[in-house]
Amino acid sequence: MSAAALATPAAINYINAEKGILSWLTTTDHKRIGILYLCSITFFFLFAATLGVLMRLELLSPGMQYMDSETYNRILTLHGMTMIFLFIIPAIPGIFGNFFLPIMIGAEDVSFPKLNLASWYFYMAGGTLALLSVMTGGPDTGWTFYVPYSFKTGANVFYPLLAAFILGWSSILTGLNFLTTVHRMRAKGVTWGKMPLFVWSLYATSWVQVIVTPVVGILLLLVLAERVLGVGIFDPSKGGDPILYQHLFWIYSHPAVYIMVLPAMGVVSEIIPTFARRTIFGYKFIAVSSIAIAAIGSLVWAHHMFTSGMADEARIIFSFLTFFVAVPSAVKIFNWLATLYGGSIALEPPMVLTLAFILIFSVGGLTGLILGALSTNIHLHDTAFVVGHFHYTMFGSGGIMFLAASHYWFPKMFGRMYNRNVAYVSILLFVIGFNVTYMPLMFAGVAGMPRRYADYLPEFETYHAISTTGSWILYAGILLMVGNLGYSVFKGKKTDKENPWGGKTLEWRTPTPPPTLNFDGEPDTSIGPYDYPVEVER
Amino acid sequence: MSDHTAAGTAEAHLHYDPVGNRIGMWLFLLTELILFGTLFIIYAVYFHRYTPDYERAAHELNRLIGGANTLVLLTSSLTMALSIAALQKDKAAQAIRWGFITLGFASIFLVVKGFEWAHKFELGIYFDSEVLLARPKGEIVFYGMYFLMTGLHALHVIIGGSLIVTAMVKIKRGTATSKRMSFLENTGLYWHLVDLIWIYLFPLFYLIHR
Repeated sequence: MSAAALATPAAINYINAEKGILSWLTTTDHKRIGILYLCSITFFFLFAATLGVLMRLELLSPGMQYMDSETYNRILTLHGMTMIFLFIIPAIPGIFGNFFLPIMIGAEDVSFPKLNLASWYFYMAGGTLALLSVMTGGPDTGWTFYVPYSFKTGANVFYPLLAAFILGWSSILTGLNFLTTVHRMRAKGVTWGKMPLFVWSLYATSWVQVIVTPVVGILLLLVLAERVLGVGIFDPSKGGDPILYQHLFWIYSHPAVYIMVLPAMGVVSEIIPTFARRTIFGYKFIAVSSIAIAAIGSLVWAHHMFTSGMADEARIIFSFLTFFVAVPSAVKIFNWLATLYGGSIALEPPMVLTLAFILIFSVGGLTGLILGALSTNIHLHDTAFVVGHFHYTMFGSGGIMFLAASHYWFPKMFGRMYNRNVAYVSILLFVIGFNVTYMPLMFAGVAGMPRRYADYLPEFETYHAISTTGSWILYAGILLMVGNLGYSVFKGKKTDKENPWGGKTLEWRTPTPPPTLNFDGEPDTSIGPYDYPVEVER
Repeated sequence: MSDHTAAGTAEAHLHYDPVGNRIGMWLFLLTELILFGTLFIIYAVYFHRYTPDYERAAHELNRLIGGANTLVLLTSSLTMALSIAALQKDKAAQAIRWGFITLGFASIFLVVKGFEWAHKFELGIYFDSEVLLARPKGEIVFYGMYFLMTGLHALHVIIGGSLIVTAMVKIKRGTATSKRMSFLENTGLYWHLVDLIWIYLFPLFYLIHR
């Protein structure tokens, strides 16, 4: 099949099959929907990153220089909300899950193509509402919408709540679609034990999405009802309990952390074997640990509330479970390192980003244990340490692996190649900027700097000055990286190599870019996803 | 489900996959259950905290009307099932007839529910009302939960009703037949879920007092 595809290059593929903007907006092709997500998610990513840089700018020195504290609160809320609901949660499943999950299992599309397009429209509706809320001043509650403040504040919280609700349904429908697809659409020969690990991780993620997202959906509606109708469910003056809100919020929002991390881990499990030219070490353990993370991760929510008032017994149990969820995560890290051992490592851009992920995510994971321990948590709760920690875990996983996945699958998606030297420079800037931005926050947090504050005491100035400098390097790295990729979509060097990296999963055994029905004829499933060695086209 | 890999042959998405459709629907029903489940948790927490207030407030709801409405909804589940059974035997006209009877029961349920709400409003009991706020906190929460949960349930009855109407149109047009049962079957599943949720709502609001 490979030779035949090369003999007739650039025939009809998913990009040139239909023309015009309308053909994209009404498409039910999972690959085109993936591209739609790519465009919109990149936009929101840059938007939220810019807000982050603005926040850091204000924190450069003590006192208020560029904005008042009200504006700072709104920028902080929008940064968090956009990054979480519009970037990290949908990024990898929405773009690369949509594009590659069906191809990786040898299917022609997802089970419900129309529903898939509807998910994207839900996403856009939510995103538009979030942007509209900016025009009306923006919310100032933080992305957690904690009651009672969220129904008492005069700021516009209505749009963001509705936006988050709609985005929740987008997430649920995507999860539902992937679950059904994995169960029903696998080609002959793609058994559960031969499914690529990226598919396994999306499968686990989809279960989390389907199970926990409705909780936050109804919760956000309740806050809306509280604001508009004055129901009293969460209003202490009417008998309601704000702590109950926190519990329910984190029942969703902690597993949401795994919605962000698991797909990223799936991408890692694809990139490492490809560039180490080795079979993945411990396939079963990696697959099962995805499910274990999804399961245990759903039971640790109250570690966000150790200082909110809770029985000691409950705190001990939640602390224990928090430590316990680190085990399957560590299993994955060790398996990846074992895969690298003795491999023939090619330091291509996606691989470099993935190695950066392992380093950065390990810092994030280990600082998570410090926060999960009850005594240290009392000291560090709601400090800048937490901010440093979750940027290392969230941005350090979902964010970095979104960029790594972009570099990995770019030639397959567009039939073009980006400038690798520019990619290396941008990665260097990114990794340096990342650590310079977030590492000082942890030190500031240990020293007592609270999170979310627009202003601070002079003794924290050094930390903040370093961090803000880092944010400029990081921002430059991001802009250069996105610019390089964006430019290459249109002007990059053309390539029709089926398998530029030497990967073994099915997407590397179909023409570049893939045809509308994904394969010319039946997909060849005789080779497993990690059966190395493989011939590399260079 | 041993044969599900076989479905992934070429042009699979052009094929009609009733099992896949059913899996998708059950997953959706799962999300609905969790959505209502969250409300049930909130209900339970406050019931535990304000048991006497809850019982006093529950006393003000009319068991007879609530019970009658439960019967109406249960019967509608039966007629829904009969509609599906009729279509399976290719009796389209009969299927449509049972569908409309189901819609009739749904309307009765909504009208009765509307009268119940209206009666409470007349007594000055609604969100944030002076009458309600003067009462003990547990009763405020009870009525808050009552209006929210029965309201959300009523919304589901309306959605279910619209699905039934759509299914009837599909049968009429011949796009839902004994060979393409998925839409009607999934509508039925949704309808039974709406019924099931009410089966829990009824005792929780009407029957908790001694």
